[in-house]
Amino acid sequence: SVQAHKEEDNPRETMEANGLTPVPDSYDYDLIVIGGGSGGLAAAKEAAKYEKKVMVLDFVTPTPQGNSWGLGGTCVNVGCIPKKLMHQAALLGQALQDSRKFGWQFTEEVKHNWMTMTESVQNYIGSLNWGYRVALRDKKVMYENAYGEFVGPHTIKAINKKGVEKLYTAERFIIATGERPRYLGIPGDKEYCISSDDLFSLPYCPGRTLVVGASYVALECAGFLAGLGLDVTVMVRSILLRGFDQDMANRIGEYMKEHGVNFIREFVPIKVEQVEEGTPGTLKVTAKSTTGDQIIEGEYNTVLLAIGRDPCTRKIGLDKIGVNINEKTGKIPVNDEEQTNVPYVYAVGDILQDKLELTPVAIQAGRLLVQRLYAGATTKCDYVNVPTTVFTPLEYGACGYSEETAVEKFGEENIEVYHSNFWPLEWTVPSRDNNKCYAKIICNIQDNERVIGFHVLGPNAGEVTQGFAAAIKCGLTKQQLDSTIGIHPVCAEV
Amino acid sequence: GKNEYDLLVIGGGSGGLACAKEAAQFGRKVAVLDYVEPSPQGTAWGIGGTCVNVGCIPKKLMHQAALLGSALKDAQHYGWNISQPVHHTWSVMAQGVQNYVKSLNWGHRVQLQEKKVKYFNIKGSFSDPHTVRGLTKAGKETVVTADNIVIATGGRPKYPMHVAGALEYGITSDDLFWLKESPGKTLPSFILYVSLECAGFLTGIGLDTTVMVRSIPLRGFDQASHVSKKKQICFTIQQQMASLVTEHMESYGTKFLKRCFPTKVEKLKSGRLQVTWKNADLDIEETDSFNTVMWAVGRAPDTKTLNLEAAGVKTNSETGKIIVDASEATSVPHIYAVGDITEGRPELTPTAIAAGKLLAQRLFGQSSELMDYDNVPTTVFTPLEYGCVGLSEEAAVQRHGSDNIEVYHAYYKPLEFTVAERDATQCYMKMVCLREREQRILGLHFIGPNAGEVIQGFALGIKCGATYPQMMKTVGIHPTCAEEVTKLHITKRSGLDATVTGC
Repeated sequence: SVQAHKEEDNPRETMEANGLTPVPDSYDYDLIVIGGGSGGLAAAKEAAKYEKKVMVLDFVTPTPQGNSWGLGGTCVNVGCIPKKLMHQAALLGQALQDSRKFGWQFTEEVKHNWMTMTESVQNYIGSLNWGYRVALRDKKVMYENAYGEFVGPHTIKAINKKGVEKLYTAERFIIATGERPRYLGIPGDKEYCISSDDLFSLPYCPGRTLVVGASYVALECAGFLAGLGLDVTVMVRSILLRGFDQDMANRIGEYMKEHGVNFIREFVPIKVEQVEEGTPGTLKVTAKSTTGDQIIEGEYNTVLLAIGRDPCTRKIGLDKIGVNINEKTGKIPVNDEEQTNVPYVYAVGDILQDKLELTPVAIQAGRLLVQRLYAGATTKCDYVNVPTTVFTPLEYGACGYSEETAVEKFGEENIEVYHSNFWPLEWTVPSRDNNKCYAKIICNIQDNERVIGFHVLGPNAGEVTQGFAAAIKCGLTKQQLDSTIGIHPVCAEV
Repeated sequence: GKNEYDLLVIGGGSGGLACAKEAAQFGRKVAVLDYVEPSPQGTAWGIGGTCVNVGCIPKKLMHQAALLGSALKDAQHYGWNISQPVHHTWSVMAQGVQNYVKSLNWGHRVQLQEKKVKYFNIKGSFSDPHTVRGLTKAGKETVVTADNIVIATGGRPKYPMHVAGALEYGITSDDLFWLKESPGKTLPSFILYVSLECAGFLTGIGLDTTVMVRSIPLRGFDQASHVSKKKQICFTIQQQMASLVTEHMESYGTKFLKRCFPTKVEKLKSGRLQVTWKNADLDIEETDSFNTVMWAVGRAPDTKTLNLEAAGVKTNSETGKIIVDASEATSVPHIYAVGDITEGRPELTPTAIAAGKLLAQRLFGQSSELMDYDNVPTTVFTPLEYGCVGLSEEAAVQRHGSDNIEVYHAYYKPLEFTVAERDATQCYMKMVCLREREQRILGLHFIGPNAGEVIQGFALGIKCGATYPQMMKTVGIHPTCAEEVTKLHITKRSGLDATVTGC
């Protein structure tokens, strides 16, 4: 277990008493941040505000396909940003269809050019990478594009692309190395399959695609690929969106099915072979049923693996300084002040055990941590009622408990679920689905019918959910919800 | 009792229908009168009131048509190949919109029938406090008596009667949404939000549109007043936001004739309209021709033909609106009023609906809950939308003093604008808070895409007494526009650059 350690403990004396190499009293840096992603950069920039000497080490180990990217981490390069832009491209495809019903006229044949989209997206990402470098320079944060690995107390080794090694010492460290996509461990996976790390900069259209996995990454990618006109199949081992409200997850899946995404349920791939080389080539996937002996085969141009992400914590020398990690998951347990079991080592972001893998959470945690370290603040990161949105073709916004978790925690008789279908006004004229959008709130009867869960399935779910999250933070009750006037006509008024 | 109905509702619009249907739920005998006096141009429509037929619904749909025009341009940046030229056909859009509206008319008729509410398509007027009589279109007279009566007759667009030719040749929003053919080069005149929204979507679908403004856009409603100063909707006197909205419209292609007012409209042999106006800045008269002139100079309550004197119901002598108390009661105890017709209330569908429902619950459902008109959120659906809830900055300063309020603000860029290479100069938000103690939020203002969706949830927060620290504790959803609200930290007072930098 992790206890809060007092930094008054003198690590140097302890070290010497144990016969270990003493640590220098004057360090190169006040703070070294390992990982230049959402959490790491937020922490580094905040520390610089308090005139601390800060270094950021960021390095991207190339993907099995040889792909790499610049400063900014997952969100900026291979996560939220390119994902939302490609999702937008897919939504615009739908908008094109709708627009005809609203009087717009243009040729019947409308095709999508993958390269045009990808180039625009990559250009924008490039501008963000550049922006971060400039921001760090302006704030006098030292940045090195090098792989950081602990070698001893307070000491880290930084290896750059050319293999040149340098040693740095710091009073404190923040580990924010994030995660990378997991591979299946089957023949052909690393050679022929791609992951989200490769998809957003793929220099050719992926064509007929098999997406393996049922995470939000899998469904979001499958969603926009289908929206761009590609033939997409999703292979799911068991349930969709594990950890999310299952009723909502199933609705998302149904919608995707009705809108052209194929699902193969209860199968896992066991082998991937190349039938034909090319960009894209043709791959043959063999899969086995999880419920019997059935074997199926299929041919695809691209196989995208989205079965989960693993923390980058196993090869950064944590054992050298005694930082505990969960051996099974690789995640780092921390106390409620983001401190590891080693007093001068902290961690933020996706690598944390039992915390949410979201950019805004990492940023919030990183900033607050630094404010506590250097500005005398006491505010801890509030991980409760963090809102989130899944950008599937039919977007899903949520905050608070899922229905299952609420029932489990409070008992079915103590919760009330209010729900409603709705038909966005913008969908009426183009005659789009009139019973798919859905919203529900879960209330705790015993606590004044306090709203403990909010779920919405519909366009602009993120924009809708954000304000509700703020209201839930203020202790929103059903009665207050009822007495608030709706804005008309918008989806959120439902 | 001696009266035929428990409740008679005059006016089958948002407020009226909500009240009638709610009362019917309590097993009461309810009747609704609805009648649409054709506009001077001859336009009329079915049951449902302004919102459904000539307001929110067709407005938002045509706004959507315009937004889709922008989407078509964006789509090309996102890789979609669309052959040029792309053009818009008014009649296809109009038919789609009108068909949907008609389905709503039908839906309301069916609902009334299902709830056993009696519907009369007659124009009613009082003959005594419990009796309303009216003529059907065919001229047949019907008399209805009721224990309780709710007046919900709404408003109709005003005409600038001092402008020669205004009535003969101009149209209003009553006509715009029912035009079968394109209005062509249009001059919507004067500025109220109706005008900006219409000008916005007309520009968006490719029409040459000019807006003539006598003074300033979205002016404080104190002059052309249909909202009293006490219960102003958040976007009145909101100069900063109004400028941003109109600036965007100018860069979007809408022309503005500022500080001009029309003097006459004449019809030319070609069928086009010649408009003459006075340019107050240059002190000269100017003229130009247009296909269509649309007046959006305010709305007036529809009370003249009601014969309110026979019932003893008092109205505001200046506005003509019906005076009501906090329980929606008029000067006559059993006669009530809801919606746009009432003095001092926001002219919004959701408030009319809520007020109508609560009224029915108080009359027949043993409830005592009154309508809360504070912190009503709303949105102006201009090309770049503006949503708000609570006090405007000016109202907050007026109420608390500028030393006691803090305004947090930010200029941001929606992610979707980046690849589309769209200008985000006017994308802006501000939060007005009390400075002292817990820093309660007094008002929130947002300009950007999907403004209504963004503001709705925050309106709930404000209803719960949200404070600035609570807002900062709320984690953002990434990437959205709304998350920027939870990150507001630059104050106007500091004078610092409020542009949002990367995440």
